[in-house]
Amino acid sequence: MSALEHLPGIDNGLLRFLTCGSVDDGKSTLIGRLLFDSKTILADTLNAMEKTSAKRGMTAVDLSLLTDGLQAEREQGITIDVAYRYFSTGTRKYIIADAPGHEQYTRNMVTAASTANLAIILVDARKGMLNQTRRHSTIAHLLGIPHLLVAINKMDLVDYDQATYESIKAEYTKFAHKIGLKDVRFIPLSALAGDMVVERGERMPWYEGPTLMQILEAAPAAHTERPESFRFPVQFVCRPQDSANPDLHDYRGFMGRVESGEIAVGDAVTVLPNGLTSRVKAIEIGGQKIDRAIHEQSVTLLLEDEIDTSRGDMIVKSAEAPEPVKQIDANVCWLSETPMSPARTYLVRHTSREVKAKIAKIDYRLDINTLEHEPVTTLVMNDIARLSLKLAQPIFADAYRSNRATGAFIIIDESTNNTVGAGMIA
Amino acid sequence: MTTLTQQTLTHLDWLEAEAIHIMREVAGQCSNPVLLFSGGKDSVCMLRIAEKAFRPGRFPFPLMHIDTGHNYPEVIAFRDKRAEELGERLIVRSLEDSMARGSIVLKHENESRNKHQSVTLLEAIEEFGFDCCIGGARRDEEKARAKERIMSFRDEFGQWDPKNQRPELWNLYNARSHKGENIRAFPISNWTELDVWQYIQREQLELPSIYFAHTRPVVRKGELLMPVTDLTPAKPGDTIEEVMVRFRTVGDVSCTAPVASDADTVDKILAETATTTITERGATRMDDQTSEASMEQRKKEGYF
Repeated sequence: MSALEHLPGIDNGLLRFLTCGSVDDGKSTLIGRLLFDSKTILADTLNAMEKTSAKRGMTAVDLSLLTDGLQAEREQGITIDVAYRYFSTGTRKYIIADAPGHEQYTRNMVTAASTANLAIILVDARKGMLNQTRRHSTIAHLLGIPHLLVAINKMDLVDYDQATYESIKAEYTKFAHKIGLKDVRFIPLSALAGDMVVERGERMPWYEGPTLMQILEAAPAAHTERPESFRFPVQFVCRPQDSANPDLHDYRGFMGRVESGEIAVGDAVTVLPNGLTSRVKAIEIGGQKIDRAIHEQSVTLLLEDEIDTSRGDMIVKSAEAPEPVKQIDANVCWLSETPMSPARTYLVRHTSREVKAKIAKIDYRLDINTLEHEPVTTLVMNDIARLSLKLAQPIFADAYRSNRATGAFIIIDESTNNTVGAGMIA
Repeated sequence: MTTLTQQTLTHLDWLEAEAIHIMREVAGQCSNPVLLFSGGKDSVCMLRIAEKAFRPGRFPFPLMHIDTGHNYPEVIAFRDKRAEELGERLIVRSLEDSMARGSIVLKHENESRNKHQSVTLLEAIEEFGFDCCIGGARRDEEKARAKERIMSFRDEFGQWDPKNQRPELWNLYNARSHKGENIRAFPISNWTELDVWQYIQREQLELPSIYFAHTRPVVRKGELLMPVTDLTPAKPGDTIEEVMVRFRTVGDVSCTAPVASDADTVDKILAETATTTITERGATRMDDQTSEASMEQRKKEGYF
């Protein structure tokens, strides 16, 4: 690859993806391979890795050394926390969320999955589907990651045998059907030798599909696949009254990010919770006017009418306003070492809105290995459960499966200010 | 339902939109934030993002620089000029004041002041009662940073506990803190060095002159080029060479080395950045080379 190929000429946006699996599945090696083959690893990093590999008595560079950032992780040879890695090709920038594989780190995988638009689930070709594979797939599904790629890795250790690949694929397909996974693709890989990662290699002529990199390059970025309703949570209100410029005396800009859908000057909008309607007078970024704004753009909206609006309110298109709700059913992953205390009041943050909440009922805990429902009275760390919450104020929510931005919330413990739960509205 | 007319933002637009969102979350959630501005290229990007986030209003936070007293004068002049152009308030707190107070004691006169910045920063946080410091750190800079949250919690001693970080999901950032505690917010966490240069190019941002190729006396120390300055004079036996160099980061004079380069425009720097073979900190920061974990150690002690 020549140098300037790395500067995006055609800019195909940014893709966030997640890799799940354990060190044993070769996950770190795969990430190392992607970074290495896309020429993202630079000489001094490689140098440090060579030294460490040699110190541990290895002959080849251990690509997994790239991803283990914390001292404790290097000492124990495991990944504890989510790490974010970056690379870019000629056309696209990538953010990899690297999540640890073990069961006690479910919360980390949930965290990594929350921002991903594609998940690579690694399966060791020698071992086939494990409980861990099912667990990762279930979490990816629950977190609404639209694209799943099952990478059957370590093909070099099964002599690149097609039958092994096909049988794992058949077993997974059956499982995918059972949990309702739709967009699943399969690829045979050797992250260690590099086959089908960036280069095809010559050892799997029987596989005619795209390489891993080709799949990543072609995967749709978030929000591109279906039209969504316009949702604009207000983060901050700009009122530059003290300005010397008299034009700004009546300026009232509602600042936020278009979480979904799009908006144009002249569109009819409703402000929630007060329900007042108006039209979009102007859309600005940093004081510069634009005609329309699309999902994920951070802009300032100015309305025709003076409407009292503050942080935590939501501006929507009048024709597609969500219903305010004061009771929600949700799938919740408990993240804190302190178990949930069902008698307590927690804080729920949904978009830019914060409301007090009480647990109305825990329906069941989901066993993420067997998918069975178990009755429980509280939640401990890494539990995923279906429950209902009573809210002190209404929120303007969509079901998570139709809108990840307005269907998600976090639960905060006010005594510690810690984020203790992650919720997806059913 | 709305029809779909445009698909996606370009990667720079996406990164910018994310950073604006994060700054506005800080403004919405924190009562007394501050933006750390050093005059370096990352913080120059941060100022442009703040303009896009809050204009035509004023920034809902002042700017602050923790001055080691060992900065290149070009950078300090640039810092003051930029704050003035923006019409925003700039607070400068100096390591030398902490040394005079006795809260910083150097092991020897020439010890790098870089790691002592934490002390002055924590003193300034206490003096002004800041509940959040917005900084321009990036996850791609260093291994320990790759695991840093966008809103990173620090206890009363300014300490980062990497094993006990708040989970951070979706774009629902939790910047809550109790009195005395502190949040460090990193809006450009997801940017790489290349993204920063592409943004500087696109937005035509002005930078301190030492980022561009210039001739400077240096001494070769292994693979590093040590600048010869009043603070870092050549030692007996050193060979001083005049070399065409530029700085990739502008930290403390005593620990920031330039790289050999004839890139005197942003376009040329971009071309070089795309072909570079050494990471930014590896090429230029002596303080990170002590051990594999030295950044993590400094961060635990309150460093940015």
